[in-house]
Amino acid sequence: MPDPSKPYPVTVLGYPAEMIGPKETYARVSEQIAGIPLKHPHPKFWFIAFALTASLFLMFCAAVGYLIYRGVGIWGINIPIAWGFAITNFVWWIGIGHAGTFISAILLLMHQKWRTTINRFTEAMTLFAVMCAGLFPLLHLGRPWVFFWLLPYPDTMSLWPQFRSPLVWDVFAVSTYFLVSLMFWYLGVMPDLATVRDKAKTKWKKIIYGISCMGWRGSARHWQHHQSAYLLLGGLATPLVLSVHSVVSFDFSVAQLPGWHSTIFPPYFVAGAIYSGFAMVLNLLIPIRRLYRLQNLITTRTLNNMAVVTLVTGWMVIYGYIMEAFMAWYSNDPFEKHMMWDRAFGAYGWVFWGLMTLNCVIPQLLWSRRVRTNDLYLFLVALSVNVGMWVERFVIVVQSLHHDFVPSSWKMYYPTKWDVITLVGSIGLFLMLILLFIRYVPMISITESRELIAQRKEGQL
Amino acid sequence: MEEKATITTAPEPEIEFEEPTLFGLMAEFEEHEELLEAARRAYGNGYRRMDAYSPFPVEGLSEALGHENSPIPLFTLAGGIVGGLGAYFMEWISMAKLYPLNVGGRPMNSWPNFIPVTFELTVLIASASAFVGVFILCRLPQPNHPVFNVPEFERASNDRFFLCIAADDPKFDLGETRKFLEGLKALKITEVEQ
Repeated sequence: MPDPSKPYPVTVLGYPAEMIGPKETYARVSEQIAGIPLKHPHPKFWFIAFALTASLFLMFCAAVGYLIYRGVGIWGINIPIAWGFAITNFVWWIGIGHAGTFISAILLLMHQKWRTTINRFTEAMTLFAVMCAGLFPLLHLGRPWVFFWLLPYPDTMSLWPQFRSPLVWDVFAVSTYFLVSLMFWYLGVMPDLATVRDKAKTKWKKIIYGISCMGWRGSARHWQHHQSAYLLLGGLATPLVLSVHSVVSFDFSVAQLPGWHSTIFPPYFVAGAIYSGFAMVLNLLIPIRRLYRLQNLITTRTLNNMAVVTLVTGWMVIYGYIMEAFMAWYSNDPFEKHMMWDRAFGAYGWVFWGLMTLNCVIPQLLWSRRVRTNDLYLFLVALSVNVGMWVERFVIVVQSLHHDFVPSSWKMYYPTKWDVITLVGSIGLFLMLILLFIRYVPMISITESRELIAQRKEGQL
Repeated sequence: MEEKATITTAPEPEIEFEEPTLFGLMAEFEEHEELLEAARRAYGNGYRRMDAYSPFPVEGLSEALGHENSPIPLFTLAGGIVGGLGAYFMEWISMAKLYPLNVGGRPMNSWPNFIPVTFELTVLIASASAFVGVFILCRLPQPNHPVFNVPEFERASNDRFFLCIAADDPKFDLGETRKFLEGLKALKITEVEQ
C-alpha cells in the first residue's frame, strides 16, 4: 500500500503524474476493489456511520410524516415566499447529481482517463442525490399522495398536465435523468458484479451477486453490445447534463420576477451544478479513499484534476454573478436595480456576502497546487463550495421572492425547525445510501481499472 | 403402516451414466494480445463457431472472431425516433385536441413549449432501447452456461483470457483442434462439458 504522506510522482511541470499506482496488476485491482464488498473492512466505522445516518433518515421520515399529517404550513413558507427550503434543497441536490453524469458521460467522450477510477462512485452519488432531490418538490405539492397527477395518463377526469409549463418539463427532465443515470450505472456495474460473484466464497453471496450480474460471462459478444450501448448512453447522457439543470432554471427564469427573469440562468445553473457536484465528490472521496486505502487507484492526480474543474466551473459561476449585477444596471429596469441593491444590502444582505465569501473567495485557494494536492485543505475548500452553493440557491429563491414589485407584498421568510430537520434528514438519507453502496457494490470500476493497466502495458498511458 | 409393508420394492433401475457431451475446447491465455492473436489465427484457420472471454473489453476482438457489427446503434436510433415523435404527438393531441386551454392567446400547437418534453422523451426511449437491447442481444439474464463448468473460468472475470471453440463448429475435431490450440501460447487447454 502506498503511503499517503510520501511525495507522489510528478510530471515535468510539477503536476501529479500517476493515474493508477505503479505496481497494479489485473489480479490486484480485482482483489482490492471486489474485496471491499466481500470482506467488509472497517466494520466498526461502517456501523457507527450507518447508525448515525440511519437515525438522521428516521428523523427525516418523522418530519415527512408530520408534514403529511399537518400540511406544508409546518414549514416557514407563505405568500409571497411559497418556495422556501424545499425548492432550495431540490435545486441543490439536483445540482450535486450533475457531477456524476459529467464525469461518467462528458469525460468519457473526451477520453479523460483520470475519470476511470471515480466514475462508478460519482454515478452512484448522482442516483442518490436525484432521489433526495425528487422528494422535495413532491413533498412541497401539499397533497403528495396525488403526485401522479403530474404524469400524462388517460385519467377518468380527462385532465392532462399543462405541457407549456416549466414545472411539467421538470417532471420529465428529472425522471428521465434518474432513469438514464440508473441504466448507465447498471450497465457499468454488471461486469464488476460478475467479478464479485466469482470471488465470493460463500454460497449465498455467489447466488445474490450471480443474480445481480445477470449471469455475465464477459464473452466477446457481450462486450461488443455492452460497449456499444455504454458509449451511446454516454452520448445520450451528455445533453442531459446540460438540459436537466437548464430545465430546472426555467422554473425560475420563465417567471416574471426580478432576480429570476434572466437569460443567463440556464448556463449559470449548469455551471453551478457541476461546481457543487465536484465539491461533493471531493468531500466524499477524500475520506473514503483514505479509510479504504484506495490512494493507489484514486490518485492525487485525480483529486488535483477535480480541483481544477471545480475552480474553472467556479469562475463560470462568478461570471454569472457579475452578469446578473451588470444586467440589472444595464437594463435600467427599476425593479431589477432594486432587486440587486436589496440582494447586497437588504435584509438578506449578510447571506449574500456569506455566499460571496464561500463560493467566490475561498475557492480561489485552489489556484495553489499545495491546496489541490493536500487532502485536508481540499476537503475544507470543497465543503465551503457545498455550503456556498446551498446558500446561493437560498438567495435566488428567498431573496428574489421576498421583494417583488409591490411593497405591500414584501415579507420576510424564517425557516422553522421542520425545514431544518427535513434538510438535515435528507443529507442523512443521502449518506446512508452512499454507505450501503460502498458496503455492497464495488465502488470503483474494476473493468475500467484493468483497461488502464492494459493501456499502460501497451505504453499508451 | 401395514399397507406400506406390502409394497414390494421395485428392482433397482440400471442407471446409465451418459458420457457428458462436449461443448467445446477452451484455451487459457495470460495477456489480451495473445488472445487477440489466437482469435485471428483461429478465424484464419476456418473456425467460425467460437467465442472469447475477457475481464475487460478488448479492442478488435469481435472483429477478429468474425462477429458482425452490433445492432445496438439501430435499436437506439429507432427508440429515439419513436420517443421523439411519440412525445410530440402526445403533447399536441392533449394540448390542442383533447384538452385545449387558451393560455395568454398563444397558439394551441405552441411548439417551442413542447420541445423540452420531446427532447427528454427522445433521450429516455433511446437509452431504454439501448439498455434493453444489450439484454436481448446478449441473451441475459442467463445464470448458467457450459463455460462455467471449467473451474479456471472464474478467472475470466479477473485476470485471464479465454478462447472457446464450440464442438458444433463444422471444422471441429477434438484431436486437431487441441493440436491447433496448443500451438497458440495457451497456458492450458480444457474440454468444456455441456
